[in-house]
Amino acid sequence: MRLAAFLLALLLAAPAAADSNRPPAALAYTQLPDAAQEARARALMETLRCLVCQGQSIADSDAEMAGDMRALVRERIARGEQPAAIRGYLIQRYGDYVTYDPPFSWVTAPLWMAPVLLLVIGLLLARRLFRRRGA
Amino acid sequence: MRRLLIWAPLALFALIFGLVAAGLIKPADRTIRSGMIGKPLPELAMKPLLPGRPGIATADFATGKPRLLNVFASWCIPCIAEAPQLLKLKQAGLEIDAIAIRDTPDAVRAFLARNGDPYARIGDDPTGKAQIALGSSGVPETFLINGRGEIVDQHIGDIRADDIPAILRKLEAAK
Repeated sequence: MRLAAFLLALLLAAPAAADSNRPPAALAYTQLPDAAQEARARALMETLRCLVCQGQSIADSDAEMAGDMRALVRERIARGEQPAAIRGYLIQRYGDYVTYDPPFSWVTAPLWMAPVLLLVIGLLLARRLFRRRGA
Repeated sequence: MRRLLIWAPLALFALIFGLVAAGLIKPADRTIRSGMIGKPLPELAMKPLLPGRPGIATADFATGKPRLLNVFASWCIPCIAEAPQLLKLKQAGLEIDAIAIRDTPDAVRAFLARNGDPYARIGDDPTGKAQIALGSSGVPETFLINGRGEIVDQHIGDIRADDIPAILRKLEAAK
């Protein structure tokens, strides 16, 4: 009996949700009518970081703020704004951290250059080895 | 050369071990500061949330007097903890405006009746547009605005009693 009451209480307990009581923004969960525009918005949303859940993109996240950011992206795309301009708007406010496509700078240089550098080293190494065998 | 080389794997291990240990002992700071600090307030135009209390427009801020702009919500639990501190700041003579994020008039009215009402203006931000324009990524956050309408600083999280002197000092310095 006690157990049943406890389980019932658990079922009825309201979670302390830190969520609002407003419906999500109009374009948070609705695609744009124009498929080409939606594809552009989608591609951009997949490379923007959700600032609440930090490991997800705003396309993947169900956080309310991610919904607001999706609505912002779709509205601006529908208005004819370029994806790069929208990304720039968000970078100005939240820093490079908000984008999964980091712009080239001194801090991100190793990230972009390392693969090229490793490839060059590999090619040089392979050339030396093949030469020795050929001789 | 060989002799030295034999220590290389151990050195590499020590390096990686140190890196991982440092990350565990002092995790990276993941708070996202606004890039708008030091810049003029972005273009804001918010309708009033409560009848009889003005909304928020950018022009309201360049009045020669510093103001606080508090990003809050009735559904935000740390905002309850912050409320008494905001009342203290108001008693210290500061004017405080608010942006209510994804909120309803009834919920805000109940919140203010319960926790005190420090706000001169309350702007309605139903879809977080103003929040994003400010570079704010959560509630509560408080922006310190100087008399020329420029963002001087951003306080992330609820304002505690021991944050108050620093806030007053920064606003005094930014006059």
